[in-house]
Amino acid sequence: MKRIGKQTVRLSEGVTILSAASTVGPKEAEGPLGKYFDQKTEDSFFGEKSWELAESKFVEKNMRLAVQKANLKSEDIDYILCGDLLNQCTGSTFGIKNLDIPFFGLFGACSTMGESMSLGAMLIDGGFANHVLTGASSHFCAAEKQFRFPLPLGTQRPPTSTWTVTGDGAVVLARKGDGPKIVEITTGKIVDMGVADVNNMGAAMAPAAAALLKAHFEDTGRTPQDYDAIATGDLGTIGRELVVELLGKEGYLLDNRYTDCGIEIFDAEKQDTHAGGSGCACSAVTFCAYFYPKLLSGKIEKMLFIPTGALMSTTSSQQGQSIPGIAHGLVIEGCRKGAEEC
Amino acid sequence: MDTSKKGQQKYAEMVKKASPNSPVFGDCIKAFVSGGIICTIGQLLLDFYIGMELSEKNAAAWVSITLVGLSALLTALGIYEKLGKFCGAGTIVPITGFANSVVSPAIEFKKEGMVFGMAAKMFVVAGPVIVYGTLTSMLVGFVYYFVK
Repeated sequence: MKRIGKQTVRLSEGVTILSAASTVGPKEAEGPLGKYFDQKTEDSFFGEKSWELAESKFVEKNMRLAVQKANLKSEDIDYILCGDLLNQCTGSTFGIKNLDIPFFGLFGACSTMGESMSLGAMLIDGGFANHVLTGASSHFCAAEKQFRFPLPLGTQRPPTSTWTVTGDGAVVLARKGDGPKIVEITTGKIVDMGVADVNNMGAAMAPAAAALLKAHFEDTGRTPQDYDAIATGDLGTIGRELVVELLGKEGYLLDNRYTDCGIEIFDAEKQDTHAGGSGCACSAVTFCAYFYPKLLSGKIEKMLFIPTGALMSTTSSQQGQSIPGIAHGLVIEGCRKGAEEC
Repeated sequence: MDTSKKGQQKYAEMVKKASPNSPVFGDCIKAFVSGGIICTIGQLLLDFYIGMELSEKNAAAWVSITLVGLSALLTALGIYEKLGKFCGAGTIVPITGFANSVVSPAIEFKKEGMVFGMAAKMFVVAGPVIVYGTLTSMLVGFVYYFVK
């Protein structure tokens, strides 16, 4: 039995993250992580006719790059697992339809990167695959069009709002090979604390992240201090503050080793992104571009990566429903400093 | 996580404490000044058209046409969204805001075709204004008829 607690499983050997690739839009490229991304576009349309097609192009270009960085060909990949925010996940499906690889489409809202990596690692650990390509994408303009208002509309954003990241992040998971390893997976439960404000997603998702952290620490008997880095997906500054407070009440101290990808990806002041970055791509590209190299070099030896999602639709929120949150946790062990093999 | 009513209320208080409020006072000043500027431009246009020897009624129509046209142009050029971000209600409330709210979905949904995209979605933002504006004017009309 690989199950070590109510919500946590330990993989028998650990699944290697062979490669990680990130492709982002111009605003992300101008942000503090700009230099780390593999591919950057100057135009949010990415040469396409619509925002939706642009998102799919981010997916295709980046997925191909992830495979290439792993020194593999698409026929070596057994499954693709990915998802996005667009209706019926067309951002993903139109992006990967020409890759000719068996596909599971996922929807975990902005937690999709965590969900895809979790399930991909389980597929490999279960003996069903040797290589799995997992990823997640989002596009600011496509998301605004679907969830808020048309872009040219002159509106103001409240200070609690977040900015959807444009881009795609993808990793190749493998049974064997050198690289950081996914060793444990804690799967989140849906938590709804009654927040209905679509302009305060961080507050809506924070309880799910806090619940996941608590479950993870209880299942493993660890504390936050056992990790070099803990990163939630897209809670932004307000959500992070709430998680710290909620966990504090449970007796766990989250210090500065805990950050949120939504805080890292933009310079909120200079780039006017208010509470931070959000969207499926937020945790996906931040992990691939910023955390993965640190895991590879041994700067981070053990990290807890927790993409977070708000499981709502425009219909549910217009009908007055509150926003249920979800979070998916992965323990990833980096390479040891100076070790020849990883 | 305590998801009971009480737990939710407690959490709502935490959220309120952690979430910064919009700068309402500053926003009001910006809206007042920018809205005032648009109205002043309207008045200048009215004087100009009257000076062109148009009747006051015709001149007023031309003012609306000019402001709506300008707003549509600025929306298409991507300038109105920047103005709107700064001015808030100052650029939403005047007739220019109405034009912006019709033109922006028209641009955004053009990709879905001229009929089911642009034309059908053109009033997604302005539609409620038209519906409730008409309803309110009917109510006011009724009251006016009986109270007069």
